[in-house]
Amino acid sequence: MHLSRSARAGLRTAMIFGLAFIYVPLALVIVNSFNASASFQWPPRRFSTVWWSTAFGESGIREALLTSVRAGLGATALALVLGTLAAFAVVRYRFFGRQTISLLLILPIALPGIVTGIALNAAFSTVLTPLGIGFGLFTVILGHTTFCIVVVFNNVAARLRRLAPSAEQASADLGAHTFQTFWHITLPAVRSALVAGGLLAFALSFDEIVVTTFTAGPGTTTLPIWIFENLARPHQAPVVDVVAAVLILASVIPVYLAQRLSGDSVGGRL
Amino acid sequence: MTRTSPVRRLAGVAHRHPGLRLAALLAAPMTWLVVAYLGALSIMLVSAFWTVNSFTSNIEYVWNLSNFQTIVTDPAYREIVLRTLGIAIAVTAIDLAFALPMALYLAFVATPRASRVMLAAVITPLWAGYLVKAYAWWVALSNGGIIDWILKPFGLSSPGFGTTAVILTLSYLWLPYMILPVYTSLGQMSPSVLSASADLGARPGRTLRTVVLPLLKPAIIAGSIFTFSLSLGDYLAVEIVGGNTTMLGSAIAGDVTLNLPLAAALSCVPVAIIVCYLLAARRSGALDQL
Repeated sequence: MHLSRSARAGLRTAMIFGLAFIYVPLALVIVNSFNASASFQWPPRRFSTVWWSTAFGESGIREALLTSVRAGLGATALALVLGTLAAFAVVRYRFFGRQTISLLLILPIALPGIVTGIALNAAFSTVLTPLGIGFGLFTVILGHTTFCIVVVFNNVAARLRRLAPSAEQASADLGAHTFQTFWHITLPAVRSALVAGGLLAFALSFDEIVVTTFTAGPGTTTLPIWIFENLARPHQAPVVDVVAAVLILASVIPVYLAQRLSGDSVGGRL
Repeated sequence: MTRTSPVRRLAGVAHRHPGLRLAALLAAPMTWLVVAYLGALSIMLVSAFWTVNSFTSNIEYVWNLSNFQTIVTDPAYREIVLRTLGIAIAVTAIDLAFALPMALYLAFVATPRASRVMLAAVITPLWAGYLVKAYAWWVALSNGGIIDWILKPFGLSSPGFGTTAVILTLSYLWLPYMILPVYTSLGQMSPSVLSASADLGARPGRTLRTVVLPLLKPAIIAGSIFTFSLSLGDYLAVEIVGGNTTMLGSAIAGDVTLNLPLAAALSCVPVAIIVCYLLAARRSGALDQL
């Protein structure tokens, strides 16, 4: 579109303002983690790395991180299987209720986390607890999988819609059976979509707190739960700030991975 | 006849029966979503029709509408519902106001290379995490914090913790969710449509209004699913920066331990609004834009 010079300047200003809106609060957290004082007084008077060494000495943070990674890996693995199955069914077949499935899939992520959380909590305590499965990491993984399926589904379905059937037909013509064709032709074609969906699913799970509070037992502390619990404790604020700063810096990793593995700067579809 | 492996025989059976293939594909995900998720959800929503005995605090399994009556007639609840809706609409409007010019800049002004880098810059904070971002605003808005410092020369001070802080924080949290679909949709727009509009004498402003915006509608609706629904159900941001503000999510959370049926009845409000919103969004084809 041919825009006038002033329109371009206006859009450029909006972009700069928008990026500042996005990055100033995050930069603030990083700068604050080096603030020697425990208050949020701005501008900081003295800088030190004392909170960083305190944070690295806390075993609670490391355990919470480990729990989060375990929950994320479990939920991602389950969501990859379930989301891919659903994507193949919806894109490759025409059947009654097909349109409803995409709605059903997005429901767990669109409905308030607290509603999903309460519902799953009630269901787990009536179904799983009598079976001897208490609230813990396993129930957290089940809860997270429910809303992780949709991101895998969206990524794989979008790829499948663009995939021409000719390669698979050629494979069948050359004598490969259904599973061989899937393994050698279809799977490599959707691999980068699986990577993108898996990364997003892991990030969703890693970040989740509301459903987690309702599905985790008292002994299961994920990193977001640790942050939330310590947010309320004034003397812990500087340590929380260090954890937040690390998470902000670490957010570059998934974007980099998505770029490297799937050549996609965005890291998949939401 | 040559001997065939069991795998190949199974593949043959699957190949000849598309219905069987479909059933195999759908069985696991549908069991999960329909039985586990929808089942749990409906059991919870059904409990909205029960009541809690005010003396024994036990749940009485008698069908009645008293919880819904409370929500409709109690002005406190009406106020919470209206406030929550207002916040969700305000957040969506603010995010749209930010996202539209930013996406237009990325699609039409920036060079492709700069556009890729800046898009990554917009998306990266999406991965930083909900709590981290809510926490960042808590720090920024706190007394004597950076917002106080910035506004001081103008004789103003930070809005403090309250409804304004909630709207700011939620807009911040969901902004990338709006930019992404709008930008993707702009990128898929055929340049010939835009040049046709220009050839017919439309200035860029007019092209934007009559060609670009109507084409962007499904993408904007797709983005608003996130900004609107996620704001409607939020209860952590309001806990962190909301001060005394109560939203639907925090009201539900407050009732869970004391009066589960009332919490369930309250949950019906956002669920009903969001399901209607999603059904409307699906009609416009927005769900494929996600």
